[in-house]
Amino acid sequence: MSAHAEALSATELVRQSIEGRRLSPVDTLVAFTLLFTLLSSVVILITLLADTIAAAMPVFQSRGLSFVTDSLSPSAEEAGIWQGIMGSLALIGFVIVVAFPLGVAAAVYLEEYASDNRVTRFIGANIRNLAGVPSIVYGILGLFLFVEIFMGGVFGAEGGIGGRNVIAGGLTLAVLVLPIMIITTAEALRAVPRGLRDASLAVGATRWETIRHHILPVAFPAILTGSVLTIARAFGESAALLLAGAQLSLYFSVANDASFVDLVSNQPYTALPIIIYNFARQPQAGFVSLTAAAIVVLLVMLLTVNAAAVLARDRFERRYR
Amino acid sequence: MNHEQGDGLTTDIDTTSLESATETALAEEAIRVAKAAETVPRADQPLIFDVGKLTVYYGTFRAVKDVDMDIRQNQITALIGPSGCGKSTVLRCFNRMNDLIETARVEGKVEYHGVDLYGERVDPVEVRRRIGMVFQKPNPFPKSIYENIVYGPKIAGWKGNYDDLVEETLTKAALWDEVKDKLKESGMALSGGQQQRLCIARAIATSPDVVLMDEPCSSLDPIATLKIEELMLELKKDYTIVIVTHNMQQAARISDQTAFFSVRVDEQGQRTGYLVEYSQTDEIFTSPGQKLTEDYITGRFG
Repeated sequence: MSAHAEALSATELVRQSIEGRRLSPVDTLVAFTLLFTLLSSVVILITLLADTIAAAMPVFQSRGLSFVTDSLSPSAEEAGIWQGIMGSLALIGFVIVVAFPLGVAAAVYLEEYASDNRVTRFIGANIRNLAGVPSIVYGILGLFLFVEIFMGGVFGAEGGIGGRNVIAGGLTLAVLVLPIMIITTAEALRAVPRGLRDASLAVGATRWETIRHHILPVAFPAILTGSVLTIARAFGESAALLLAGAQLSLYFSVANDASFVDLVSNQPYTALPIIIYNFARQPQAGFVSLTAAAIVVLLVMLLTVNAAAVLARDRFERRYR
Repeated sequence: MNHEQGDGLTTDIDTTSLESATETALAEEAIRVAKAAETVPRADQPLIFDVGKLTVYYGTFRAVKDVDMDIRQNQITALIGPSGCGKSTVLRCFNRMNDLIETARVEGKVEYHGVDLYGERVDPVEVRRRIGMVFQKPNPFPKSIYENIVYGPKIAGWKGNYDDLVEETLTKAALWDEVKDKLKESGMALSGGQQQRLCIARAIATSPDVVLMDEPCSSLDPIATLKIEELMLELKKDYTIVIVTHNMQQAARISDQTAFFSVRVDEQGQRTGYLVEYSQTDEIFTSPGQKLTEDYITGRFG
């Protein structure tokens, strides 16, 4: 009987020591501060978005989607953004064709082939630094190297557009995002478990077979996501393009019967972010809502691309489970 | 050792029936009997690996020093010893997996059928086709069971009936009955023990000569471990097996030879692994030649 009482009191002792949650004022304060910072960023974002969409509404109400398909014009009633959309898509095409294979290949070399010595580490550190270089610097590089030397050299520096074509712009953006592409791909490759490499090599696969059959397929979803986010950055880029030859004019014409080669080499182009900048600096009142509308179109395109990347990643990941 | 005995074992030991300790003990006894029936005197077997004065460095760190041992055909050779004694390092020299560690440097003699494995003209890829490996953590490819088996032969350019190969290999690895209806499913969906048997199947699919196993049971439960041990005894009829294990009972149960490694710390505090004793397993466990070996196997150190 007494033993039972003692057991009970032992239980009581433990209960007393582990029960009774004490509120820590510091903990509560930290939690509230963190919540406040989170909320303030969200509120700022929502305000910006709501403001832009509200400002853009008159354009979509009065003109519908013809705003998207109309050409540039100095008149606020007629101006559309068609050239910008086509220009941006063409630029992105070049970025994908140039930066994706180059970036993935460079990352595969760095992660899988290069020996870990001082030179490799130096190169790695430089690539990380390059990813932080302001885009206007790449614009100067693009103007000098791609516009004047390459395109000017091939298609003529005098007369016409003087090398300020989509190829030069695309190459500039490709170089701009290349370091980010390499970094994200290298991270994706590093995340592939060591055991998978061992397994493949142990059954007699060569290094390249191991990479192609096992490492790249497993890293692919992460490479894809990283690449799409990188390409989205190129999509919204304006500073570099201002220097590298995108048209700032509100009316330029492209030959109607131009071939693809002619379009990318010998015709002027502009991009959606450049048009936004251009609309924003026009004095006429009508351009305020046009600017907002162009921003909405840019955001919708970016969100679509990002959503597609997420969907694609989920599909690829599911394949291996 | 005759075939019926081995096959009988495979059917007797079934994960579902193996629930009581008595049955586990029975299975252990069965393995012991199977092994005793199979033991062939070591010296009669052809020499597979001849290792002399093997020393391995990682950068400036000397992991293991002056290892001398011979490994003979159709034998199970166990490498045991405390952590950091270099037993895995030695194992990875046998199929040149140490090549993958950039700073690794191998000195001394590792001859495979009389050929210097570290000779200038030796292709490590070809070496790994002949000397398969099973790792500590089961690491099937994130592909179907079928693809896991056929991958090695396929890249080696093997021409033959792959369906037959898959059935034959999985049967040898005592996995066929459990997976024959789900060959297209991912190898990752199997249990840990099944995954490890799939890895063994993958290793033998390229018809190697030797199978190296680096603590193959350390992440498995006792029942899965027994299955793998039983499988190893079955496999040694066709292959030569070298196994690194932390489990001394395992070495005693299945191996023909045991190499006991230990660590020596020099005045600079550098730790170097070395081979203490290499002998018939029975001898190591009943009358070890070295005091250190006796201390280790009786659990006084390590």
